[in-house]
Amino acid sequence: MLSEVFWANWWRYFAGIIGPSIFSTLRMLVATMIIAFICGFLLSIALIMSRHDGLKPNRNVYRVLDFFVNSIRSFPIIILIVAISPITRAVVGTTIGENAAILPLAIAATPFLARILENIFIEVDRQLIEAARSFGASNLQIFFKVIVKESVPSIVSGTTLATITYLSATTLAGAVGAGGLGAVALNYGYQSFNNTILYTAVLIIFLLVILIQGAGDYLYRRL
Amino acid sequence: MGAAVITIKNLRKNFGSLNVLKDISLEIRAGVIYGLVGRSGAGKSTLLRCINGLEGYDEGLLTVDGIEVQSLKQKSAREFKKEIGMIFQQFSLLSRLDVYENIALPMRCWKYRNTEIDKKVKGLVEVVGLQDKLHARPSELSGGQKQRVAIARALSMNPKILLCDEATSALDPKTAASIISLLIEINKRLGITIVVVTHQMSVLKSSCTEISILENGRIAEKGSVEEIFLRQPQALTNLIGEKDHFLPDKGCNIKILLSQELYDRPIIIQMARELEIDFLIVGGELDRFRESTLGSVIINIPENDLSQVGSYLTGRNVSWKQVSSIECRQGSYLQEGE
Repeated sequence: MLSEVFWANWWRYFAGIIGPSIFSTLRMLVATMIIAFICGFLLSIALIMSRHDGLKPNRNVYRVLDFFVNSIRSFPIIILIVAISPITRAVVGTTIGENAAILPLAIAATPFLARILENIFIEVDRQLIEAARSFGASNLQIFFKVIVKESVPSIVSGTTLATITYLSATTLAGAVGAGGLGAVALNYGYQSFNNTILYTAVLIIFLLVILIQGAGDYLYRRL
Repeated sequence: MGAAVITIKNLRKNFGSLNVLKDISLEIRAGVIYGLVGRSGAGKSTLLRCINGLEGYDEGLLTVDGIEVQSLKQKSAREFKKEIGMIFQQFSLLSRLDVYENIALPMRCWKYRNTEIDKKVKGLVEVVGLQDKLHARPSELSGGQKQRVAIARALSMNPKILLCDEATSALDPKTAASIISLLIEINKRLGITIVVVTHQMSVLKSSCTEISILENGRIAEKGSVEEIFLRQPQALTNLIGEKDHFLPDKGCNIKILLSQELYDRPIIIQMARELEIDFLIVGGELDRFRESTLGSVIINIPENDLSQVGSYLTGRNVSWKQVSSIECRQGSYLQEGE
């Protein structure tokens, strides 16, 4: 099986199809995670402030945010990609291609990350918050200098988890013609009865997961 | 000892329908170490948190340095908290910051300049004796050392008042004693008024000059430590329980309270010699306070000597009371003589 002909073919596939799709996947993943982390972090500030046991409780604000987070999270990503296509067209200008996939992925990942961060932040010892209040720290100072500071390792591991979840989500981006490893595995591999391409793509996704998890674990230990 | 720095008048607070503080009135003078004691749930920690505005109150007045705490809003409420340092039972240090940064945190929040922070932190670690631990993380420190860091942090804003919420309760007796002596030193050297919430009698006796005993959200007793421990009011007995002495059933058992003036007079021996009676010494204890020693001795005398002994003691201004073994255990008195 592993003859010279096989390797010649494999290299042809890799250089022409699989290789570029790795970069496509990474571009989508990185863009999605950067946007989602920024938006999700901001959203988590609002959640942690307005929670009933938060820094500045506000029942109504929390209810609205909570509803918003829950409703977006209830969509399967593939449905979300299709359902918000009018918004995608308005924002990105097109509904196909890589950029058109990044928007729905980021929209889906934002509340996911916000919820992860919220759960991390509420685990911070309440007594630390009380101590910070006792020397007159403002809510924002308590958030950044105490809550975020204390949860840096958890933020790293939570973000690692979200990144791996959305690595698999980028494979759905093929639905809007975005390419990437998932699309290659489905279109060039599975549907073209080409096991070489299919399993090479699968192996590369697997390696990416291990790489991301390893990087996350390394950072977690270092922090 | 100056004028009242904290004045509390008819303070009331509810948590929902639960009445936690009912009509609390007290004054804490500048420069003292004041103790708030009571069983868990008596409201002492809540009262402490009202002083620096961590908790609000529903009725009454609470002024610190003439400023009503509740009237402060937002920024001025935060500014006000700079005047009052606080330390906690579980130390409340940030685990991801070293000793230096933990102490510097309040100053960073108030945007002090780095050179100023550096000077202040280095001065404070010397006060609390942790010069060699400047860059250790809290996880590398013992409980006593953590509390020292917390004390340094609380002092970083040059407060006038230091609130201690069960600050020694998580420490072993020896470490607790070293923290207490640090607090006393701070009180003497910097003139900071200290309010201590505790359930440890040893803390009260060794550090406080005045105390209040809280029972179910009310102040049951207040006064100087010596006076309260000498008088042994019901609230104190409820708190610490009467010692379970095994007293003889025959004769009368008399508890003689030894105040500071009596402590170095051989009053009991004198009595034995002058009245020419024999008695048994069946119990006794001595308590060391911050500036004095108080104690009590329980003697057993024959029934018919009671009036003679009573008038002898009363005539020499010695406090005494008759106790019986049963009442002793139940913590109430048969008869009280002054």
